[in-house]
Amino acid sequence: MTFDWQAAWGAAPALLRGLATALQAAALGYVIALVLGLGFALLRRSGRRWVRLPVAFFVEFVRSTPLLVQLFFLFFVLPTVGIELSAMATGAIGLGVHYATYTSEVYRAGIDGVPAGQWEAAKALSLSRGRTWTRVVLPQAVPRVVPALGNYAIALFKDTPQLTVITIAEVLSVVKAVGSQNFQYLELITVAGVLYLITALVIAWPVRVLERRYRRESA
Amino acid sequence: MSTGLWLRLLDGLLVTLELTVFGAAIGLVFAFAAGLARLSPNRVLRGVALAYTEGFRGLPALVVLFWLVFALPGLGLQLEPLFAGVLALSLNIGAYGAEVVRGAVVSVPTAQLEAATALNFTPWQRMRLVVLPQALVAMVPPFGNLLVELLKATALVSLVYLQDLTFQGQIVRAATGDTAATFAGLLVGYGVIALVLTRLVKLVERRAAASLGHTTRPRAVEGAR
Repeated sequence: MTFDWQAAWGAAPALLRGLATALQAAALGYVIALVLGLGFALLRRSGRRWVRLPVAFFVEFVRSTPLLVQLFFLFFVLPTVGIELSAMATGAIGLGVHYATYTSEVYRAGIDGVPAGQWEAAKALSLSRGRTWTRVVLPQAVPRVVPALGNYAIALFKDTPQLTVITIAEVLSVVKAVGSQNFQYLELITVAGVLYLITALVIAWPVRVLERRYRRESA
Repeated sequence: MSTGLWLRLLDGLLVTLELTVFGAAIGLVFAFAAGLARLSPNRVLRGVALAYTEGFRGLPALVVLFWLVFALPGLGLQLEPLFAGVLALSLNIGAYGAEVVRGAVVSVPTAQLEAATALNFTPWQRMRLVVLPQALVAMVPPFGNLLVELLKATALVSLVYLQDLTFQGQIVRAATGDTAATFAGLLVGYGVIALVLTRLVKLVERRAAASLGHTTRPRAVEGAR
């Protein structure tokens, strides 16, 4: 059996629609990851132990367990406790919470990188805690971690095929649906792989540019 | 829950550990081959290694796995399922590992290389006696992170009907009907395995640092010793 180019070409539109769905889920998930990750990072610096420790435990736990099982858990268990969400919302939350545990480490490194003198200066100017964070610390901490955050956008996108298990019509779901009719899995999965590769490279491009720019500035 | 179901979970646990151990072992081979090839003076070797690392870091592990299991038979090649699982996981983790190897080798101070050259070492002696002993130590912590990533990725094989911990968990869920407890239990199970792996890596880390005469943490003075 050889590669059937006709079949590969014919499946492209359906696969592209799957890719659009995957990108939508990834974008939603990434927004959640960026916001929630910052929240985790701030809570882990809290002066109160009963805030700091449970958040640290949650972050470590979520980061060391498979996203796949987390997706199953959210998709099948949330409805039993009365939380009815669409598959897309569940998927975005699953991806978002999982990657928030990674972005929180990135933010943490960024915050730790702000020199102690900046904190002391804020204190000397008797800035409030809120102003110290929003005007002094975060504006210095966040820009330098943008490339690292960007890398997790790529990683998050590459985890979207797992959304197939919670009935989201992303690329792999299309592969399975079309493949069950024509059995041309070789062509379907190969084209799907090429699509992922191209998309990942396209997302990676601005991240690499930012990385280089930052490295030049810090050099 | 009946004994039979517990035995299933135990079987699944063994498959998961098998995938993690073999995936890590073969992944290390890929990582060193590609990571060192990236630094080779040979352009062809460098190009192949670059294509491998960029390619597999751009491809989802699940898609690679599906390709090996469902697409490859279309080209007349049917792999043993467990082998396909290990291969997909190790190709994926090896691409990330290659960057770790490359980074660690590059991070060895230039003065060390110059010293080796001044002592008239051959390139191979320089690599074996000067560069690698230092680079290996730097590789341990990032490899530890990758090991946990690998453990998490093993759950994907349940989607190609390999009977790992997640797969058996699905069976238990169907048999008991207790969805919340089963998936929560699975997550705790993976969490515990990850914790054990992390502890083991920390031990290796301390050993490795000690081999270079470093201590990971400056010790407080504890009386006269």
